Amino acid sequence: MSLWNKSVIFEKNALIMLIGVLIVVSIGGLAQIVPLFYLKSTIEKVDGVRPYTPLELAGRDIYVREGCYLCHSQMIRALRDEVERYGHYSLAAESMYDHPFQWGSKRNGPDLARVGGKYSDAWHQQHFNDPRSLVPASIMPGYPWLATTELDYRHISESMNALANEGVPYTQEMIEKAGLDLEAQAKDGSAGSSDLAKRYPNAISRNFGGQAGAVTEADAVIAYLQMLGTQVDFKIYDDKANIR
Amino acid sequence: MSPDPKTPVKIDALSGVPTTGHDWDGIKELNTPLPRWWVIIFVGTIVWSIFYVIAYPAIPLHSSFTKGVLGWSSRGAVGKDIAALRATRGPMTAALAKASLQAIEKDPGLLEFARAQGKAAFADNCAPCHGAGGGGGKGYPNLNDDIWIWGGALDAIFATISHGIRSGDPQGHDSAMPAFGRDGVLSKAEISNVADYVHTLSGQPAEQGASVASGAKLFAEDCAPCHGVKGAGNQELGAPNLTAHGSLYGSDKEMIVQTLTNGRGGVMPAWSGRLDLATLKALTVYVHTLGGGQ
Repeated sequence: MSLWNKSVIFEKNALIMLIGVLIVVSIGGLAQIVPLFYLKSTIEKVDGVRPYTPLELAGRDIYVREGCYLCHSQMIRALRDEVERYGHYSLAAESMYDHPFQWGSKRNGPDLARVGGKYSDAWHQQHFNDPRSLVPASIMPGYPWLATTELDYRHISESMNALANEGVPYTQEMIEKAGLDLEAQAKDGSAGSSDLAKRYPNAISRNFGGQAGAVTEADAVIAYLQMLGTQVDFKIYDDKANIR
Repeated sequence: MSPDPKTPVKIDALSGVPTTGHDWDGIKELNTPLPRWWVIIFVGTIVWSIFYVIAYPAIPLHSSFTKGVLGWSSRGAVGKDIAALRATRGPMTAALAKASLQAIEKDPGLLEFARAQGKAAFADNCAPCHGAGGGGGKGYPNLNDDIWIWGGALDAIFATISHGIRSGDPQGHDSAMPAFGRDGVLSKAEISNVADYVHTLSGQPAEQGASVASGAKLFAEDCAPCHGVKGAGNQELGAPNLTAHGSLYGSDKEMIVQTLTNGRGGVMPAWSGRLDLATLKALTVYVHTLGGGQ
């Protein structure tokens, strides 16, 4: 029996065939996945990226709940037209605290990776309420309930704890004061604001949802959108440093 | 399945193709060879992959990976693409960044380039609020008319685009319409009177039973410091001209009452961190030449 005919062993025995397939497929997978965990060039060090504040995290959960990722990507690819339209291409480090990441793969709507600071809070409020009142050609559905639904953040500490187990550097203090920090960020000037900025550098606190009283889901999701892509200062970012 | 060498190759009588030699209740399996074109492509792709691995980044090593002899990387490629784009636009962009706003408008070539670039940048960045043609909307100023809140001269428009309004930029415009009702400065009746008076400022007839006179008195006390004695506004403070038609939030009385009760504080983002100098200037010239520039 020549070497060519050794395939008969696999072809005549289902279990050996199965094991053989598993080995071949896992070699392909491992060769692609494992190097990402140790190659220097795939693990960027970038200044400024911090974990989400409790309010932003709650907003992110709403973003996931409403399925925003189905139509919006958060990934500016390294292509000329994308950089021209959306700004600097996304860095891996910018979504290092995302579990799961929201890169998305479909763009019925525009990319949101750098939407932070691009529009005013009032714009976002009106746009969630009735997108076509601002952008006549928009096909985005309205999300009017965000402004009228009180944010349920009873479990925000548990969420942060879960993320801490995933490797997000939330300290015990951050987790304990999550509720306070969340309220402080949604209500500008209330007690605890100064503490918030200490725990989360460059966190903006103001009334994102534009309504007096309780913290709404609009507060959370707009706080999240307004920080997207704003953490890395590209004036001082060295784009050559990470081409290694 | 490969034929078993121990059994001699049998040829199927009907088709003339060799069989695998197996016999299932009289049914024999043909051992048709793979089509030649298929085999050529199969082997060809394997050969191609060898060259590809040599030319492009491919194999992960201990702390790095093989870079490939072409030295290609996606980030390097986009860097080159953008550099090429800048080089194409180069002379004009440089001229745009260097020239004063007034000089750009006087030079037909620069003006045409600035308007073209401004139009594209406007569609990407400004149209979501100000509308595709700059027509504005409730709370978002119309840029085609000659009503300006913070000034419609070239330098004023440039300052507004660069630093924004209530944007948090230290150089941005900052002021606030107070919430006279919410903060308890004026009662509901007083607000209604002031609204009646403001309603008449833009030449609209007073509503029936309106107390314009007492409204005028309150206006002189509370509103005139910013909006001027005659309500003509003050662009230094961003206080809108109340005598103009086409108010930012609408000119019906209900809307004026709302404004007086809760105040206003529309936000325009600062663009200087996001757009480069040439684009900022192009946008300024584009907006200035939309129709209302001063």
